[in-house]
Amino acid sequence: MNADQEAIKDVFSSFFVEQTGPESARNSIPLGFDLKAWKRLSETGAPGMGVSPPAGGGASLSDLVIVAEEAGSQIAPLPIIDHVVTSRVLEKLDLLEEEVLTGTLIAGLVVRPVKNGVAKSVPTGAIANRLIALNEDKLLLLADEPPNKSLPNHGDLPIAHRVIKNADVIAEGREATELFDRALNEWKTLISAFLVGITRSSIEITVEYVKDRHQFGKPIGSFQSVQHGLADLPGLCDGARLLVNKAAWAGDKEIAGAINLTDNEISDFATLASMSLVFAGETSLHATDRGLHYHGGYGFSEEYDIQLFYRRARAWSQILNSPSEECLNLADLLLKDIGAE
Amino acid sequence: MDFELSEKAIDFRSQVKKFIENNLTSEIISNMHETGTFNDKSFNEALASEGLLAGAVPGYGDRDPVELYLLFNELEKAGAPYDGLAVTMLVAGIINAVGTEFHHEEILKKLLTGKHNCCLGYSEPDYGSDVASITTKAEKVGDKWIINGQKMWTTMAHESDWVLLLTRTNSEVPKHKGMTMFLVPMATSGIEIQPVPTMASERTNATFYDNVEVEDQWRLGEIDDGWSVMGIALALERGVMGGTNPAVPLLKHVLNWAETTPSKNESLMINNNLMRERIARTAIINQVGQLLTLRAAWIAATGGMPGVEGSMAKIYASEEYQKVVGWFQQMAGAEGLLSFGAEDAAAFGWIDYDARHAPVTTIYGGTSEINRNNIAERHLGLPRSR
Repeated sequence: MNADQEAIKDVFSSFFVEQTGPESARNSIPLGFDLKAWKRLSETGAPGMGVSPPAGGGASLSDLVIVAEEAGSQIAPLPIIDHVVTSRVLEKLDLLEEEVLTGTLIAGLVVRPVKNGVAKSVPTGAIANRLIALNEDKLLLLADEPPNKSLPNHGDLPIAHRVIKNADVIAEGREATELFDRALNEWKTLISAFLVGITRSSIEITVEYVKDRHQFGKPIGSFQSVQHGLADLPGLCDGARLLVNKAAWAGDKEIAGAINLTDNEISDFATLASMSLVFAGETSLHATDRGLHYHGGYGFSEEYDIQLFYRRARAWSQILNSPSEECLNLADLLLKDIGAE
Repeated sequence: MDFELSEKAIDFRSQVKKFIENNLTSEIISNMHETGTFNDKSFNEALASEGLLAGAVPGYGDRDPVELYLLFNELEKAGAPYDGLAVTMLVAGIINAVGTEFHHEEILKKLLTGKHNCCLGYSEPDYGSDVASITTKAEKVGDKWIINGQKMWTTMAHESDWVLLLTRTNSEVPKHKGMTMFLVPMATSGIEIQPVPTMASERTNATFYDNVEVEDQWRLGEIDDGWSVMGIALALERGVMGGTNPAVPLLKHVLNWAETTPSKNESLMINNNLMRERIARTAIINQVGQLLTLRAAWIAATGGMPGVEGSMAKIYASEEYQKVVGWFQQMAGAEGLLSFGAEDAAAFGWIDYDARHAPVTTIYGGTSEINRNNIAERHLGLPRSR
């Protein structure tokens, strides 16, 4: 991390700790969105940080993963990742509205293909005023009032189905798919960083808990079985962060990366973004699973924060794809030069 | 964090890759598996004449830990015999750090020719992870030391000219304050080597020391300060001398197999979805193993001590390796059981080999449990549990 990135980390760490965190997540149920915190975040200019410097942004993907990890560490119920990624697409097509830049209007990405004119289970579907979607080889922009009502869901996210009608076609053919793929890879990278944040906090919360909780006259964290279950996690968390950082590095590079599977040399952005999502996702499942378990019955109760992290880990790690399906996409990238069907 | 290697490191890696391409023959690889000795002196000598061996000694010369990592990582990925080399170069590093003029002249210089090996004599039949309890005794008689005891897992003893021997020199003080390290010439009378065959192809040894007499000049470090010498060894190794990418050569063999072997529905295995998912997951594991190791090297290169980070890389790489090979062995069915040389053996027997080899990687060089203790205490700040 360079000095600028240290500063980004400090600023956003303070912001998300002070303005969001588990209380904000609880208070945002059932919509899954904290409007007050979003307004505060907008005052800092964060919704526009991902666009180009002349438009008032300038953050690289490597900078944005820092923001996303801090947001994840406080399970911030804010659509910052979707908004930043979608703004970057809008800017490229010269469609960036001032209200989107400032965060007055919320922009989101339809991460899965549209089917029969409906975008199902859109991560920001309940709150997004602008949605970008890919329908076959057409990139669509939907400008519509959001329902402001979420489908009840595992991770308390602002998920909703959205009908895509009267949407503008903003790009077609190869341009459309390239823009969408790039956006989706950025989204995967940043969601992975958010999941690293969830993992990091789950470890911290649980380590504090096992130092504090006594059974048989000792802190439960003094028992080796508990220690060893926890000792697996920091390496996984750090590994996920390294992979996410590498994906962001590859995404920021101007030149195309390489995929050399048999030599374990991989610098291709799409490949690393996909790897990040699978690995950060499963790491977060593992860390929150252990974390909840070591809280005993309390971990299961609504009062304790670990269950919030547990459910969000599951939600974000599979809202795009089942991990197995993501692995199959990844295999297509890894094996494309190897004689498969 | 910069994932771009320095130009110097990239050049070094190209040199290593080229060396491997020109010198690592299939005969060398099959010979190592037939003999069980993962050490090839002519290959080591070739490394020396290419000028690569000095770069393999941690803390010596102008190679930094990232380059050290690159050298061993390339050897590991290529499936080269490097186990003996890694231990030998580690000992060279220890000598460089704490050895006397005599050790430099008599041992280190010779080690750098590639013609000589060292082995490690730490573990004993009754003391493995609890190494501070070892009982092999060294007694000062006049100006000589008399050594009596037994060591286990002295892999490469039969190839070695010296053993780095941890001995008990004082029983009156706390255990870790009463040990002394020696570099004992294997040719000294009273040393006996017994081979210990293993379930994989590699051979290890038990070594016996019966009134072995050595002069004081073979002592490495201060009397009763052997624990510090061990600490130096751990600090130098830092997890960067191979062992964290074992599933890379495995994946290469699996791909060759999957591309040529039909599955039940007649299509090739490579088109089977479960196979593809597992290949993808293995590729992720290999990347993460590489990144965790590279991080340890970065920390070491900037003057840090990546003890905990080395533990993380070691647990991850070894346990995932064992998991991955289990997947592929099961997917290969009966042919996944067939060994080198057997007709129809999946991946020419590599799957069987890796499935035999993987369990030991979570044991040697510090068990997963010892590494978890390390992380729990030193990283998570949990109380000592033993």
